[in-house]
Amino acid sequence: MSKLKPQEEYEKTSAFRFFRWLSGSKDPYVGEVEMKAQRETVIPEETITERMRESEMIRDRIYDGEQNKASRIFHRIYVAVAIFFCIALVGVLLLTVSCLPPNGNADNPVNNVVSERYIESGLQETGALNIVSGMILTYRAFDTFGETNVLFIATCCVMILLMLDDAILKKQAVMNDRRYEPKNDTILQGVAFVLCPVIFIFGIYIILNGHLSPGGGFSGGAVMGSGLILYVAAFGFQKTQRFFDEHVYKIAKITALCMYGLIGTYFYMMGANGIDDHIPLGIPGHILSSGIILPINVCVGLEVACTMYAFYALFRRGGL
Amino acid sequence: MDFVRNFPCISIMLCLFAGIISSGLRGKAAMLVNTGLLVTNTVLSACTLLYTLSTGASFVYVMGRFPAPWGNEIRAGVLESLIALFFCIIMLLSLFGGRHKLLQGVEEGKLYLYYVLMDLLLSSLLALVYTNDMFTAYVFVEINTISACGLIMIRQNGRTIEAAVRYMIMSLLGSGMLLLGLCMLYDLTGHLLMSNIKESVALIVAEGEYTIPLIVSIVLMSVGLCIKSALFPFHAWLPDAYGYSTVSSAAVLSSLVSKGYIFLLIKIIYRVIGFDIYHDTRIIDILFLFGLMGMIFGSTSAIRENDIRRMIAFSSVAQIGYIYMGFGMGTEAGMTASVFHILSHAATKSLLFIAAVGLTDVSGRNRQFIELTGSGYRNRWAGVAFTVGSLAMVGVPLFSGFISKLLFAQAAVQNHAKMLPALIVLGISTILNAIYFMKTVIRIYTPVEDTPYPSVTFRDRPVYAVVLTAFIVLNVMLGISSQPVVDMIRQGLAMFA
Repeated sequence: MSKLKPQEEYEKTSAFRFFRWLSGSKDPYVGEVEMKAQRETVIPEETITERMRESEMIRDRIYDGEQNKASRIFHRIYVAVAIFFCIALVGVLLLTVSCLPPNGNADNPVNNVVSERYIESGLQETGALNIVSGMILTYRAFDTFGETNVLFIATCCVMILLMLDDAILKKQAVMNDRRYEPKNDTILQGVAFVLCPVIFIFGIYIILNGHLSPGGGFSGGAVMGSGLILYVAAFGFQKTQRFFDEHVYKIAKITALCMYGLIGTYFYMMGANGIDDHIPLGIPGHILSSGIILPINVCVGLEVACTMYAFYALFRRGGL
Repeated sequence: MDFVRNFPCISIMLCLFAGIISSGLRGKAAMLVNTGLLVTNTVLSACTLLYTLSTGASFVYVMGRFPAPWGNEIRAGVLESLIALFFCIIMLLSLFGGRHKLLQGVEEGKLYLYYVLMDLLLSSLLALVYTNDMFTAYVFVEINTISACGLIMIRQNGRTIEAAVRYMIMSLLGSGMLLLGLCMLYDLTGHLLMSNIKESVALIVAEGEYTIPLIVSIVLMSVGLCIKSALFPFHAWLPDAYGYSTVSSAAVLSSLVSKGYIFLLIKIIYRVIGFDIYHDTRIIDILFLFGLMGMIFGSTSAIRENDIRRMIAFSSVAQIGYIYMGFGMGTEAGMTASVFHILSHAATKSLLFIAAVGLTDVSGRNRQFIELTGSGYRNRWAGVAFTVGSLAMVGVPLFSGFISKLLFAQAAVQNHAKMLPALIVLGISTILNAIYFMKTVIRIYTPVEDTPYPSVTFRDRPVYAVVLTAFIVLNVMLGISSQPVVDMIRQGLAMFA
């Protein structure tokens, strides 16, 4: 007969724990092991960057010529074929150039009835002293209208890419406007103060004399656009927006292009249907002469100036 | 002069005006302007088509007061007005079909720009179709390229920007080659107008002078346009550009933009160089070879693809291959088949893109095939439309694809040297087409037990369903009553010469 132990002492013995485990009356983990619900795994940022670096390292290894033989061979063949192709292309094109009609020869096919009429009767038919202007704006007016629309659509694409929402723009305006450029640079402002009016007047001069002297809408518009860019670089967007903001830009652009389109349509349809058009050619050499060329030049100049400025403003801060 | 003759000029100018005015409007108004423009242009092109059919001759329209070699000209015949009419209809349907996705994918403030781009794209397509002047063609190729880039990247995420950059680089390479070839041709002939160039080229060939520059300039122009229309070895830009842009853009790009360039190439072959001279340069054999390779490799890439949009995009590579194979036959019949395939592919591919977006929408916007299982039951209109498109692509009778394959086969039989490769590859390509399209059709009609995705009925998207029905009708019409269309194409090609 064993000695009876008191209950409390018996519970401390291993026999009690063994029989209790055997009968299953107590889960051995409860109270012994700390238990928690599983937490959601949060991958710290360092791990992510680490993994990205590792995967990049693997990729580098794969494309590293010293580690990967197949890649090395492919790369060499690629380079060899590319060089061969380029040399062959250069050779073929050089051969072609050597076979083309010699430059400046009077018997060349280019010197035919087409250029003859442009040069000889261009003045009577278009009224423009500047043959180039006369040619691109009357003989080939449709092409030039297309070309102006290329500029227009290029601005649209840049807007898709870079234009920011008005709200974001306002928030960032103060911060972004002068991030990389000095604020109120005295020298720049001084130079711009002198130059801007001169540039604008020069641009207007080129546009208005497009039919009389070298130049025209495209070149004059580019000059005016660069004047606008100089102004905004020196004085900032806030001052520019007093006379040239998005609203003005839209009105100017749409008016210019629509005017050009209307003049063009009038010209094409009158000509094609054999109706005399009533735009006088004027006296060659006068400022108000050469029929449709002057108004078209003004329209093109306005459009080009707007485009130049819009590119600059969109690239600089994502809005006009 | 009949007033109808003004219509081609009016329709091009209307597009340009619509684009310019839309740039000052809000999204909704720009959309209305665009819809009105497309409807008007459809009517104008239909009138031109009827007029040219009734007179039985093409006409030249002088843009301005100065005639042939000095001024610009446009020219309209049966083929030009047929293609223009078709382009307007397809663009109208594509824009309506993808409108709900457009509103989701594009920022509200930039929506009007989308319609500006579309208007100008239409103007450039019409100008490419109607032009009779190589330099006008180049100017409008520029507009076409830039607006296509914009259409790809207007849904702004990383993939579309990357796709747009790729597209721009490849496409500008193509434009550059076209311009280079054009400059050389001008140097040799002294003309920019198509009919005058053709006369001078015939003279040059007869005298035997300048053979090398002439061939090089033809090659440059052909390759440039091949790059822009994604012929097989130059197709690397295509899957991303069609796969990730918003659905209307993908439909318009695949069915219209590349076709515009192909049509320009047809014009160059017939109206600038002359069919016989082009045929004698043997460039046509290279186009034939590239076309055959494209038919096989485009399809195998499509089979490997696990993304439904990219699969459809790769299928375009194969279909462009068919068109160039038709050029490569060097016969009238081959060219007729190619032109018919331009129409049938345009009608089918835009249908497939728009139907596919309906299927992915009811699969939680996942494009993987595993998620698309059973989507044909969840959106029944899109399922039926996708099936019709697939059957047309594979070339099952009653649908448009069958007729184009029949025409290709007939053309191949007439050409003894190229009959065997053409017929064999046509057969292989048809089987490959069937593999990936039927795989998709079976996948979307495999029932699934419990799907987490909701179903869409007619009432949810009435416009979408109507558009799909219109596309199906167009496809079946091309398939059933193909003879009038083929006759018109033959007549139009005869007017080209």
